[in-house]
Amino acid sequence: MFLTDDEKRMRDGAEGDAVAAAMDLLLRYGAALDADRLCSIRNVAGTMTQPSPVKARLVAEGGWDKAFAVINLDSDLDLTIPPMRIPTCQLQHGFGPDSVDIVPYPRANVDLQSDGEAFYGAHGVQILATCTPYQVGNLPMRGEHCAWMESSAVIYANSVLGARTNCEGIASTGAASLTGRIPCWGNHLEENRFGTHLISVSGVSVESFQDWGMLGYFAGSVSGEDRPVITGSLARPDLTELKHFGAAAATSGGVELYHIPGITPEAASVEAAFQSQVPDAAVYGPAERAAVYETLNEIGSSTDVDFVLLGCPHASLEQIRQAAALLDGKRLSSGTELWIMAPRALKVMADRSGYTAVIERAGGRVLADSCPAMSRAAPAGTRVFATDSAKQAHYLPAILGIEAWFGTLEECIAAAVTGRWAGGLR
Amino acid sequence: MNDSIILHGRTVVPGKIAGEALVSHEPISGWGGIDPARGVIIEPRHELYGVCFTGKILVFPSAKGSSGWSGFFQTTRLSGTAPIGMIIGRISAKSALGAVVTRVPAITDLDADPCSVIATGDWVLIDNSTVEVTKR
Repeated sequence: MFLTDDEKRMRDGAEGDAVAAAMDLLLRYGAALDADRLCSIRNVAGTMTQPSPVKARLVAEGGWDKAFAVINLDSDLDLTIPPMRIPTCQLQHGFGPDSVDIVPYPRANVDLQSDGEAFYGAHGVQILATCTPYQVGNLPMRGEHCAWMESSAVIYANSVLGARTNCEGIASTGAASLTGRIPCWGNHLEENRFGTHLISVSGVSVESFQDWGMLGYFAGSVSGEDRPVITGSLARPDLTELKHFGAAAATSGGVELYHIPGITPEAASVEAAFQSQVPDAAVYGPAERAAVYETLNEIGSSTDVDFVLLGCPHASLEQIRQAAALLDGKRLSSGTELWIMAPRALKVMADRSGYTAVIERAGGRVLADSCPAMSRAAPAGTRVFATDSAKQAHYLPAILGIEAWFGTLEECIAAAVTGRWAGGLR
Repeated sequence: MNDSIILHGRTVVPGKIAGEALVSHEPISGWGGIDPARGVIIEPRHELYGVCFTGKILVFPSAKGSSGWSGFFQTTRLSGTAPIGMIIGRISAKSALGAVVTRVPAITDLDADPCSVIATGDWVLIDNSTVEVTKR
Protein backbone atom coordinates (compact mmCIF):
# COMPACT_ATOMS: atom_id res chain seq x y z
CA MET A 1 0.00 0.00 0.00
CA PHE A 2 1.29 3.44 -0.93
CA LEU A 3 1.97 5.67 2.06
CA THR A 4 2.68 9.41 2.07
CA ASP A 5 5.61 10.74 4.06
CA ASP A 6 3.23 11.89 6.81
CA GLU A 7 1.69 8.42 6.99
CA LYS A 8 5.12 6.79 7.19
CA ARG A 9 6.03 9.15 10.05
CA MET A 10 2.85 8.17 11.92
CA ARG A 11 3.54 4.48 11.28
CA ASP A 12 7.10 4.84 12.57
CA GLY A 13 6.06 6.48 15.85
CA ALA A 14 6.86 10.15 15.23
CA GLU A 15 3.49 11.08 16.73
CA GLY A 16 3.57 8.59 19.57
CA ASP A 17 2.83 4.94 20.21
CA ALA A 18 -0.95 5.23 20.05
CA VAL A 19 -0.87 6.87 16.60
CA ALA A 20 1.64 4.23 15.47
CA ALA A 21 -0.69 1.49 16.72
CA ALA A 22 -3.55 3.15 14.84
CA MET A 23 -1.49 3.16 11.64
CA ASP A 24 -0.58 -0.49 12.22
CA LEU A 25 -4.27 -1.40 12.35
CA LEU A 26 -4.99 0.64 9.21
CA LEU A 27 -2.14 -1.13 7.39
CA ARG A 28 -3.40 -4.59 8.41
CA TYR A 29 -6.93 -3.58 7.45
CA GLY A 30 -5.81 -1.99 4.18
CA ALA A 31 -3.92 -5.18 3.28
CA ALA A 32 -7.01 -7.28 4.09
CA LEU A 33 -8.98 -5.11 1.66
CA ASP A 34 -6.19 -5.01 -0.94
CA ALA A 35 -6.42 -1.19 -0.85
CA ASP A 36 -3.86 0.85 -2.83
CA ARG A 37 -3.62 3.75 -0.43
CA LEU A 38 -5.27 5.64 2.44
CA CYS A 39 -7.49 8.69 2.08
CA SER A 40 -7.52 11.76 4.29
CA ILE A 41 -10.67 12.34 6.29
CA ARG A 42 -11.91 14.70 8.97
CA ASN A 43 -15.22 13.14 10.00
CA VAL A 44 -15.39 9.99 12.12
CA ALA A 45 -18.53 8.45 13.62
CA GLY A 46 -17.60 5.56 15.86
CA THR A 47 -18.26 4.04 19.24
CA MET A 48 -16.11 4.14 22.34
CA THR A 49 -18.42 4.51 25.33
CA GLN A 50 -20.93 1.67 24.74
CA PRO A 51 -20.70 -0.63 27.79
CA SER A 52 -19.92 -4.34 27.41
CA PRO A 53 -18.60 -7.03 29.74
CA VAL A 54 -15.24 -7.07 27.94
CA LYS A 55 -14.96 -3.27 28.13
CA ALA A 56 -15.80 -3.24 31.84
CA ARG A 57 -13.02 -5.76 32.44
CA LEU A 58 -10.49 -3.77 30.39
CA VAL A 59 -11.36 -0.47 32.10
CA ALA A 60 -10.98 -2.17 35.50
CA GLU A 61 -7.58 -3.53 34.45
CA GLY A 62 -6.07 -0.47 32.79
CA GLY A 63 -8.55 2.38 32.53
CA TRP A 64 -10.06 3.79 29.34
CA ASP A 65 -6.61 4.00 27.71
CA LYS A 66 -6.46 0.21 27.82
CA ALA A 67 -10.05 -0.21 26.63
CA PHE A 68 -9.40 2.09 23.65
CA ALA A 69 -6.11 0.31 22.83
CA VAL A 70 -7.64 -3.17 22.81
CA ILE A 71 -11.08 -2.49 21.37
CA ASN A 72 -10.69 0.65 19.25
CA LEU A 73 -7.12 0.07 18.00
CA ASP A 74 -6.90 -3.75 18.28
CA SER A 75 -3.56 -3.26 20.04
CA ASP A 76 -2.09 -5.22 22.95
CA LEU A 77 0.38 -2.40 23.76
CA ASP A 78 0.28 -0.27 26.88
CA LEU A 79 -0.78 3.03 25.31
CA THR A 80 -1.70 6.53 26.44
CA ILE A 81 -4.47 7.78 24.18
CA PRO A 82 -3.93 11.33 22.82
CA PRO A 83 -6.74 13.72 21.84
CA MET A 84 -8.64 12.82 18.68
CA ARG A 85 -6.75 14.16 15.66
CA ILE A 86 -9.93 14.95 13.69
CA PRO A 87 -13.61 15.59 14.48
CA THR A 88 -15.00 12.37 15.96
CA CYS A 89 -18.46 11.66 17.32
CA GLN A 90 -19.89 8.92 19.50
CA LEU A 91 -22.86 7.13 17.93
CA GLN A 92 -25.70 5.54 19.92
CA HIS A 93 -24.56 3.62 22.99
CA GLY A 94 -26.07 2.40 26.26
CA PHE A 95 -28.75 4.11 28.34
CA GLY A 96 -27.86 7.13 30.48
CA PRO A 97 -28.59 8.25 34.05
CA ASP A 98 -32.05 9.62 33.19
CA SER A 99 -33.19 6.13 32.14
CA VAL A 100 -32.65 4.66 35.60
CA ASP A 101 -35.98 3.44 37.08
CA ILE A 102 -37.50 3.41 33.57
CA VAL A 103 -35.31 1.02 31.61
CA PRO A 104 -34.21 -2.27 33.20
CA TYR A 105 -30.55 -1.69 32.40
CA PRO A 106 -27.65 -2.39 34.78
CA ARG A 107 -26.67 0.61 36.89
CA ALA A 108 -23.04 -0.47 36.49
CA ASN A 109 -23.37 0.06 32.74
CA VAL A 110 -24.85 3.54 33.23
CA ASP A 111 -21.95 4.47 35.51
CA LEU A 112 -19.32 2.94 33.22
CA GLN A 113 -20.72 4.87 30.28
CA SER A 114 -20.86 8.18 32.18
CA ASP A 115 -17.22 7.65 33.13
CA GLY A 116 -16.40 6.91 29.48
CA GLU A 117 -18.19 10.04 28.29
CA ALA A 118 -16.02 12.14 30.61
CA PHE A 119 -12.81 10.48 29.33
CA TYR A 120 -13.68 10.72 25.65
CA GLY A 121 -15.23 14.17 25.93
CA ALA A 122 -11.92 15.36 27.36
CA HIS A 123 -10.20 13.73 24.37
CA GLY A 124 -12.33 15.76 21.96
CA VAL A 125 -15.09 13.27 21.15
CA GLN A 126 -18.54 14.76 20.48
CA ILE A 127 -21.06 12.70 22.48
CA LEU A 128 -23.92 12.85 19.94
CA ALA A 129 -25.22 9.52 21.28
CA THR A 130 -27.43 8.75 18.30
CA CYS A 131 -27.51 6.38 15.33
CA THR A 132 -28.55 9.42 13.26
CA PRO A 133 -25.70 11.95 13.53
CA TYR A 134 -27.07 13.53 10.36
CA GLN A 135 -30.16 14.64 12.36
CA VAL A 136 -28.12 16.57 14.90
CA GLY A 137 -25.56 18.57 12.98
CA ASN A 138 -23.11 16.05 11.52
CA LEU A 139 -23.91 16.46 7.83
CA PRO A 140 -20.92 15.59 5.65
CA MET A 141 -20.75 17.37 2.31
CA ARG A 142 -21.24 15.70 -1.05
CA GLY A 143 -18.01 13.96 -2.02
CA GLU A 144 -16.55 14.23 1.49
CA HIS A 145 -14.58 11.15 2.58
CA CYS A 146 -15.62 9.93 6.05
CA ALA A 147 -15.17 6.95 8.36
CA TRP A 148 -18.57 6.12 9.75
CA MET A 149 -20.02 3.13 11.53
CA GLU A 150 -23.71 2.33 11.98
CA SER A 151 -25.12 0.75 8.84
CA SER A 152 -28.21 2.98 8.77
CA ALA A 153 -26.07 6.13 9.02
CA VAL A 154 -23.55 4.88 6.45
CA ILE A 155 -26.24 4.25 3.83
CA TYR A 156 -27.79 7.67 4.55
CA ALA A 157 -24.43 9.47 4.27
CA ASN A 158 -23.52 7.74 0.99
CA SER A 159 -26.89 7.80 -0.71
CA VAL A 160 -28.81 10.84 0.51
CA LEU A 161 -25.85 13.16 1.23
CA GLY A 162 -23.44 11.87 -1.42
CA ALA A 163 -20.62 11.58 1.11
CA ARG A 164 -18.20 8.64 0.83
CA THR A 165 -17.78 6.07 3.55
CA ASN A 166 -17.56 2.34 3.86
CA CYS A 167 -19.41 0.57 6.64
CA GLU A 168 -16.54 0.89 9.08
CA GLY A 169 -16.12 -0.88 12.40
CA ILE A 170 -15.05 -0.07 15.93
CA ALA A 171 -11.31 -0.58 15.34
CA SER A 172 -11.13 1.18 11.98
CA THR A 173 -12.99 4.26 13.25
CA GLY A 174 -10.79 4.27 16.36
CA ALA A 175 -7.66 4.20 14.20
CA ALA A 176 -9.13 6.85 11.90
CA SER A 177 -9.83 9.19 14.81
CA LEU A 178 -6.13 9.26 15.77
CA THR A 179 -4.72 9.47 12.23
CA GLY A 180 -7.27 11.18 9.97
CA ARG A 181 -6.89 8.27 7.54
CA ILE A 182 -8.96 5.31 6.32
CA PRO A 183 -8.29 2.80 3.51
CA CYS A 184 -9.25 4.33 0.16
CA TRP A 185 -11.33 1.39 -1.01
CA GLY A 186 -14.91 0.51 -1.90
CA ASN A 187 -17.32 3.43 -1.63
CA HIS A 188 -14.46 5.97 -1.60
CA LEU A 189 -13.76 5.25 -5.28
CA GLU A 190 -15.91 6.75 -8.05
CA GLU A 191 -16.07 3.51 -10.04
CA ASN A 192 -17.70 1.70 -7.12
CA ARG A 193 -20.56 4.16 -6.76
CA PHE A 194 -22.63 3.22 -9.79
CA GLY A 195 -25.77 1.10 -9.54
CA THR A 196 -25.71 -2.67 -9.94
CA HIS A 197 -29.39 -3.64 -9.63
CA LEU A 198 -32.52 -1.93 -10.93
CA ILE A 199 -35.71 -2.16 -8.89
CA SER A 200 -38.91 -0.98 -10.50
CA VAL A 201 -41.91 -0.19 -8.31
CA SER A 202 -44.99 -1.13 -10.29
CA GLY A 203 -48.60 -1.83 -9.36
CA VAL A 204 -48.14 -0.34 -5.89
CA SER A 205 -47.38 3.21 -4.91
CA VAL A 206 -44.69 3.79 -2.31
CA GLU A 207 -45.79 6.83 -0.35
CA SER A 208 -46.00 6.04 3.37
CA PHE A 209 -43.30 5.63 5.99
CA GLN A 210 -44.23 1.93 6.28
CA ASP A 211 -44.03 1.41 2.53
CA TRP A 212 -40.59 3.03 2.30
CA GLY A 213 -39.35 0.63 4.98
CA MET A 214 -40.79 -2.42 3.23
CA LEU A 215 -39.32 -1.31 -0.11
CA GLY A 216 -35.94 -0.92 1.61
CA TYR A 217 -36.19 -4.41 3.06
CA PHE A 218 -36.99 -5.72 -0.43
CA ALA A 219 -34.11 -3.75 -1.97
CA GLY A 220 -31.66 -5.24 0.52
CA SER A 221 -32.83 -8.78 -0.09
CA VAL A 222 -32.57 -8.32 -3.86
CA SER A 223 -29.21 -6.56 -3.98
CA GLY A 224 -27.32 -7.97 -1.00
CA GLU A 225 -24.15 -5.91 -0.61
CA ASP A 226 -24.59 -4.24 -3.98
CA ARG A 227 -26.08 -0.95 -5.08
CA PRO A 228 -29.77 -0.82 -6.01
CA VAL A 229 -31.30 1.90 -8.15
CA ILE A 230 -34.96 2.47 -7.37
CA THR A 231 -37.44 3.72 -9.93
CA GLY A 232 -41.18 3.63 -10.65
CA SER A 233 -44.20 4.81 -8.70
CA LEU A 234 -42.55 6.57 -5.77
CA ALA A 235 -43.77 9.64 -3.97
CA ARG A 236 -41.06 12.17 -3.12
CA PRO A 237 -39.59 10.91 0.18
CA ASP A 238 -38.57 13.00 3.18
CA LEU A 239 -35.72 12.49 5.68
CA THR A 240 -37.66 10.08 7.90
CA GLU A 241 -38.76 7.89 5.01
CA LEU A 242 -35.26 7.57 3.57
CA LYS A 243 -33.93 6.97 7.11
CA HIS A 244 -36.35 4.01 7.34
CA PHE A 245 -35.68 2.83 3.77
CA GLY A 246 -31.91 2.81 4.24
CA ALA A 247 -31.95 1.15 7.64
CA ALA A 248 -34.13 -1.64 6.21
CA ALA A 249 -31.95 -2.12 3.10
CA ALA A 250 -28.85 -2.32 5.28
CA THR A 251 -30.58 -4.91 7.49
CA SER A 252 -31.99 -7.42 4.99
CA GLY A 253 -28.89 -7.12 2.82
CA GLY A 254 -25.73 -5.15 3.28
CA VAL A 255 -26.60 -2.13 1.16
CA GLU A 256 -24.34 0.88 1.79
CA LEU A 257 -25.27 2.97 -1.24
CA TYR A 258 -28.38 3.29 -3.40
CA HIS A 259 -29.70 5.78 -5.92
CA ILE A 260 -33.18 7.10 -6.52
CA PRO A 261 -32.84 8.98 -9.80
CA GLY A 262 -34.08 12.53 -9.59
CA ILE A 263 -34.06 12.47 -5.78
CA THR A 264 -30.66 11.38 -4.46
CA PRO A 265 -27.71 13.52 -5.57
CA GLU A 266 -25.47 11.20 -7.58
CA ALA A 267 -27.99 9.99 -10.18
CA ALA A 268 -29.95 12.48 -12.26
CA SER A 269 -31.47 9.65 -14.33
CA VAL A 270 -31.63 5.85 -14.42
CA GLU A 271 -29.03 5.86 -17.21
CA ALA A 272 -26.70 8.09 -15.18
CA ALA A 273 -27.00 5.77 -12.19
CA PHE A 274 -25.38 2.91 -14.12
CA GLN A 275 -21.85 3.04 -15.47
CA SER A 276 -22.77 0.95 -18.49
CA GLN A 277 -25.88 -0.90 -19.59
CA VAL A 278 -29.02 -0.61 -17.48
CA PRO A 279 -29.84 -4.12 -16.18
CA ASP A 280 -33.26 -5.77 -16.30
CA ALA A 281 -35.44 -4.60 -13.45
CA ALA A 282 -36.59 -6.61 -10.45
CA VAL A 283 -40.24 -5.66 -10.00
CA TYR A 284 -41.61 -4.59 -6.62
CA GLY A 285 -45.35 -5.03 -6.95
CA PRO A 286 -48.28 -6.18 -4.79
CA ALA A 287 -46.96 -9.75 -4.42
CA GLU A 288 -43.47 -8.62 -3.40
CA ARG A 289 -44.90 -6.05 -1.00
CA ALA A 290 -47.10 -8.71 0.62
CA ALA A 291 -44.15 -11.10 0.90
CA VAL A 292 -42.01 -8.50 2.71
CA TYR A 293 -44.89 -7.78 5.07
CA GLU A 294 -45.29 -11.49 5.83
CA THR A 295 -41.56 -11.90 6.48
CA LEU A 296 -41.48 -8.99 8.91
CA ASN A 297 -44.53 -10.35 10.75
CA GLU A 298 -43.70 -14.07 10.73
CA ILE A 299 -42.26 -13.94 14.26
CA GLY A 300 -45.57 -12.67 15.69
CA SER A 301 -48.23 -15.10 16.93
CA SER A 302 -49.73 -13.69 20.14
CA THR A 303 -51.70 -10.48 19.62
CA ASP A 304 -51.25 -9.44 23.25
CA VAL A 305 -48.72 -6.63 22.86
CA ASP A 306 -46.82 -5.61 25.98
CA PHE A 307 -44.25 -3.27 24.42
CA VAL A 308 -44.38 -0.74 21.59
CA LEU A 309 -41.10 0.62 20.26
CA LEU A 310 -40.81 3.64 17.97
CA GLY A 311 -37.77 5.56 16.80
CA CYS A 312 -35.51 3.11 14.95
CA PRO A 313 -33.38 4.68 13.61
CA HIS A 314 -33.76 7.43 16.22
CA ALA A 315 -36.91 9.47 15.68
CA SER A 316 -37.04 12.84 14.00
CA LEU A 317 -38.75 15.68 15.84
CA GLU A 318 -41.67 15.33 13.42
CA GLN A 319 -42.03 11.61 14.23
CA ILE A 320 -42.20 12.48 17.93
CA ARG A 321 -44.81 15.13 17.18
CA GLN A 322 -46.93 12.66 15.19
CA ALA A 323 -46.82 10.12 18.02
CA ALA A 324 -47.79 12.83 20.50
CA ALA A 325 -50.71 13.90 18.32
CA LEU A 326 -52.04 10.31 18.20
CA LEU A 327 -51.61 9.86 21.97
CA ASP A 328 -53.15 13.20 22.98
CA GLY A 329 -55.85 12.57 25.57
CA LYS A 330 -55.35 8.79 25.46
CA ARG A 331 -54.00 6.37 28.05
CA LEU A 332 -51.80 3.32 27.41
CA SER A 333 -53.17 -0.11 28.26
CA SER A 334 -52.12 -1.06 31.79
CA GLY A 335 -50.02 -3.98 30.54
CA THR A 336 -48.28 -2.13 27.72
CA GLU A 337 -45.31 0.23 27.61
CA LEU A 338 -44.37 2.64 24.82
CA TRP A 339 -40.85 3.92 24.24
CA ILE A 340 -39.85 6.40 21.56
CA MET A 341 -36.09 6.50 20.97
CA ALA A 342 -34.65 9.85 19.88
CA PRO A 343 -31.37 11.76 19.69
CA ARG A 344 -30.89 13.65 22.97
CA ALA A 345 -30.72 16.99 21.13
CA LEU A 346 -34.14 16.33 19.57
CA LYS A 347 -35.57 15.08 22.87
CA VAL A 348 -34.68 18.49 24.31
CA MET A 349 -36.67 20.11 21.49
CA ALA A 350 -39.55 17.65 22.01
CA ASP A 351 -39.57 18.56 25.70
CA ARG A 352 -39.61 22.26 24.84
CA SER A 353 -42.33 21.80 22.22
CA GLY A 354 -44.56 20.05 24.73
CA TYR A 355 -44.62 16.72 22.83
CA THR A 356 -42.86 14.79 25.58
CA ALA A 357 -45.41 15.95 28.15
CA VAL A 358 -48.30 14.71 25.96
CA ILE A 359 -46.61 11.35 25.47
CA GLU A 360 -45.82 11.00 29.18
CA ARG A 361 -49.38 11.94 30.19
CA ALA A 362 -50.52 8.97 28.10
CA GLY A 363 -47.99 6.78 29.88
CA GLY A 364 -45.34 6.65 27.16
CA ARG A 365 -41.67 7.62 27.26
CA VAL A 366 -39.25 9.53 25.07
CA LEU A 367 -35.79 8.07 25.67
CA ALA A 368 -32.38 9.12 24.38
CA ASP A 369 -28.91 7.67 23.78
CA SER A 370 -29.71 4.05 23.01
CA CYS A 371 -32.33 1.53 21.98
CA PRO A 372 -33.53 -1.89 23.20
CA ALA A 373 -31.41 -3.68 20.60
CA MET A 374 -28.17 -1.85 21.46
CA SER A 375 -28.69 -2.26 25.19
CA ARG A 376 -30.51 -5.59 25.17
CA ALA A 377 -33.15 -3.98 27.37
CA ALA A 378 -36.93 -3.95 27.13
CA PRO A 379 -39.63 -3.52 29.78
CA ALA A 380 -39.52 -6.39 32.26
CA GLY A 381 -41.54 -9.38 31.13
CA THR A 382 -41.85 -8.32 27.48
CA ARG A 383 -42.94 -11.23 25.33
CA VAL A 384 -44.51 -9.49 22.33
CA PHE A 385 -43.51 -6.14 20.90
CA ALA A 386 -44.76 -3.98 18.07
CA THR A 387 -42.79 -1.47 16.03
CA ASP A 388 -43.03 0.71 12.94
CA SER A 389 -39.38 -0.09 12.09
CA ALA A 390 -38.49 -2.87 9.66
CA LYS A 391 -34.95 -2.93 11.11
CA GLN A 392 -36.09 -3.38 14.68
CA ALA A 393 -38.71 -6.00 13.68
CA HIS A 394 -35.86 -7.92 12.04
CA TYR A 395 -33.31 -7.72 14.86
CA LEU A 396 -35.09 -7.53 18.20
CA PRO A 397 -36.64 -11.04 18.18
CA ALA A 398 -33.12 -12.51 17.82
CA ILE A 399 -31.57 -10.23 20.41
CA LEU A 400 -34.25 -10.48 23.10
CA GLY A 401 -36.05 -13.70 22.18
CA ILE A 402 -39.44 -12.01 21.83
CA GLU A 403 -42.21 -11.92 19.22
CA ALA A 404 -42.54 -8.99 16.83
CA TRP A 405 -45.28 -7.16 14.97
CA PHE A 406 -44.45 -4.66 12.25
CA GLY A 407 -46.96 -2.03 11.22
CA THR A 408 -47.76 1.65 10.82
CA LEU A 409 -47.33 4.32 13.48
CA GLU A 410 -51.13 4.42 13.85
CA GLU A 411 -51.31 0.62 14.37
CA CYS A 412 -48.49 0.76 16.91
CA ILE A 413 -50.14 3.55 18.89
CA ALA A 414 -53.44 1.65 18.79
CA ALA A 415 -51.65 -1.45 20.11
CA ALA A 416 -50.16 0.61 22.93
CA VAL A 417 -53.59 1.96 23.89
CA THR A 418 -55.54 -1.30 23.59
CA GLY A 419 -52.80 -3.82 24.39
CA ARG A 420 -53.83 -5.74 21.27
CA TRP A 421 -52.24 -6.01 17.84
CA ALA A 422 -54.82 -5.39 15.11
CA GLY A 423 -52.50 -4.46 12.26
CA GLY A 424 -52.76 -5.67 8.70
CA LEU A 425 -51.47 -4.81 5.25
CA ARG A 426 -53.64 -2.22 3.58
CA MET B 1 -8.18 -42.52 0.04
CA ASN B 2 -9.29 -38.95 0.58
CA ASP B 3 -10.09 -36.54 -2.19
CA SER B 4 -8.11 -33.36 -1.84
CA ILE B 5 -8.97 -30.09 -3.58
CA ILE B 6 -6.68 -27.06 -3.79
CA LEU B 7 -8.17 -23.57 -4.07
CA HIS B 8 -6.16 -20.43 -4.74
CA GLY B 9 -7.14 -17.01 -3.46
CA ARG B 10 -5.98 -13.77 -1.91
CA THR B 11 -4.69 -13.54 1.65
CA VAL B 12 -6.83 -11.39 3.94
CA VAL B 13 -4.97 -12.19 7.16
CA PRO B 14 -1.73 -14.12 6.69
CA GLY B 15 -1.14 -17.42 8.47
CA LYS B 16 -1.58 -21.16 8.36
CA ILE B 17 -4.26 -23.15 10.17
CA ALA B 18 -5.99 -26.50 9.74
CA GLY B 19 -9.38 -27.51 11.09
CA GLU B 20 -12.93 -28.59 10.46
CA ALA B 21 -15.07 -26.44 8.19
CA LEU B 22 -18.39 -24.93 9.18
CA VAL B 23 -20.07 -23.72 5.98
CA SER B 24 -22.79 -21.10 5.80
CA HIS B 25 -24.46 -20.62 2.44
CA GLU B 26 -26.13 -17.47 3.71
CA PRO B 27 -24.35 -14.24 4.70
CA ILE B 28 -23.57 -13.89 8.39
CA SER B 29 -24.57 -10.99 10.66
CA GLY B 30 -22.29 -10.00 13.54
CA TRP B 31 -24.29 -7.71 15.83
CA GLY B 32 -27.70 -9.32 16.24
CA GLY B 33 -26.50 -12.39 14.37
CA ILE B 34 -24.06 -14.04 16.78
CA ASP B 35 -23.71 -14.35 20.53
CA PRO B 36 -19.99 -13.69 21.10
CA ALA B 37 -20.09 -15.02 24.66
CA ARG B 38 -21.02 -18.50 23.35
CA GLY B 39 -19.75 -18.35 19.76
CA VAL B 40 -23.19 -19.25 18.43
CA ILE B 41 -25.28 -17.98 15.51
CA ILE B 42 -28.54 -16.57 16.91
CA GLU B 43 -30.36 -15.14 13.86
CA PRO B 44 -33.70 -17.04 13.84
CA ARG B 45 -34.06 -17.15 10.06
CA HIS B 46 -30.47 -18.36 9.52
CA GLU B 47 -29.58 -21.85 8.26
CA LEU B 48 -26.99 -22.16 11.07
CA TYR B 49 -29.31 -20.92 13.83
CA GLY B 50 -28.04 -22.29 17.14
CA VAL B 51 -24.79 -23.65 15.69
CA CYS B 52 -21.44 -22.94 17.41
CA PHE B 53 -18.47 -21.81 15.30
CA THR B 54 -15.85 -21.85 18.07
CA GLY B 55 -12.72 -23.67 16.93
CA LYS B 56 -14.06 -24.11 13.39
CA ILE B 57 -12.93 -22.66 10.10
CA LEU B 58 -15.89 -20.51 9.19
CA VAL B 59 -16.73 -20.55 5.47
CA PHE B 60 -19.30 -17.95 4.41
CA PRO B 61 -20.27 -15.96 1.31
CA SER B 62 -20.22 -12.48 2.89
CA ALA B 63 -20.90 -10.37 5.95
CA LYS B 64 -24.23 -8.60 6.27
CA GLY B 65 -26.02 -6.24 8.60
CA SER B 66 -24.66 -3.93 11.25
CA SER B 67 -21.25 -2.29 11.38
CA GLY B 68 -20.84 -4.02 14.74
CA TRP B 69 -19.70 -7.09 12.74
CA SER B 70 -15.99 -6.72 13.40
CA GLY B 71 -16.46 -5.71 17.03
CA PHE B 72 -18.55 -8.80 17.70
CA PHE B 73 -15.97 -11.10 16.14
CA GLN B 74 -13.19 -9.28 18.04
CA THR B 75 -15.19 -10.06 21.18
CA THR B 76 -15.20 -13.77 20.27
CA ARG B 77 -11.39 -13.60 20.31
CA LEU B 78 -11.37 -11.83 23.66
CA SER B 79 -13.92 -14.34 25.01
CA GLY B 80 -12.19 -17.47 23.70
CA THR B 81 -15.10 -18.39 21.41
CA ALA B 82 -13.63 -17.38 18.03
CA PRO B 83 -13.44 -19.41 14.85
CA ILE B 84 -9.84 -20.45 14.02
CA GLY B 85 -9.94 -19.31 10.40
CA MET B 86 -12.19 -17.61 7.86
CA ILE B 87 -12.83 -18.38 4.21
CA ILE B 88 -14.81 -15.47 2.79
CA GLY B 89 -16.56 -15.60 -0.57
CA ARG B 90 -16.72 -11.88 -1.13
CA ILE B 91 -14.78 -9.46 1.03
CA SER B 92 -16.24 -6.25 2.43
CA ALA B 93 -15.11 -3.65 4.94
CA LYS B 94 -17.02 -5.53 7.66
CA SER B 95 -15.53 -8.97 7.01
CA ALA B 96 -12.01 -7.67 6.25
CA LEU B 97 -11.83 -5.74 9.51
CA GLY B 98 -13.58 -8.62 11.27
CA ALA B 99 -10.92 -11.10 10.16
CA VAL B 100 -8.13 -8.65 11.10
CA VAL B 101 -9.38 -8.11 14.66
CA THR B 102 -10.28 -11.79 15.15
CA ARG B 103 -6.60 -12.34 14.27
CA VAL B 104 -7.15 -15.64 12.47
CA PRO B 105 -5.85 -16.72 9.04
CA ALA B 106 -8.34 -15.59 6.42
CA ILE B 107 -8.61 -15.81 2.66
CA THR B 108 -10.94 -14.52 -0.09
CA ASP B 109 -11.28 -14.21 -3.90
CA LEU B 110 -10.92 -17.98 -4.39
CA ASP B 111 -10.89 -19.53 -7.86
CA ALA B 112 -14.06 -21.49 -7.01
CA ASP B 113 -17.02 -20.74 -4.77
CA PRO B 114 -15.85 -21.97 -1.37
CA CYS B 115 -19.42 -22.36 -0.10
CA SER B 116 -20.11 -24.88 -2.90
CA VAL B 117 -16.77 -26.70 -2.89
CA ILE B 118 -16.44 -27.03 0.88
CA ALA B 119 -19.03 -28.81 3.03
CA THR B 120 -19.50 -28.64 6.79
CA GLY B 121 -17.24 -31.25 8.38
CA ASP B 122 -14.60 -31.21 5.63
CA TRP B 123 -11.01 -30.86 6.84
CA VAL B 124 -9.53 -27.58 5.62
CA LEU B 125 -6.00 -26.20 5.59
CA ILE B 126 -5.61 -22.45 5.04
CA ASP B 127 -2.02 -21.61 4.10
CA ASN B 128 -1.85 -17.89 3.29
CA SER B 129 -3.18 -17.73 -0.30
CA THR B 130 -4.20 -21.37 -0.74
CA VAL B 131 -6.84 -23.62 0.75
CA GLU B 132 -6.54 -27.41 0.78
CA VAL B 133 -9.88 -29.17 1.25
CA THR B 134 -10.03 -32.82 2.28
CA LYS B 135 -13.55 -34.13 1.83
CA ARG B 136 -15.04 -35.75 4.87
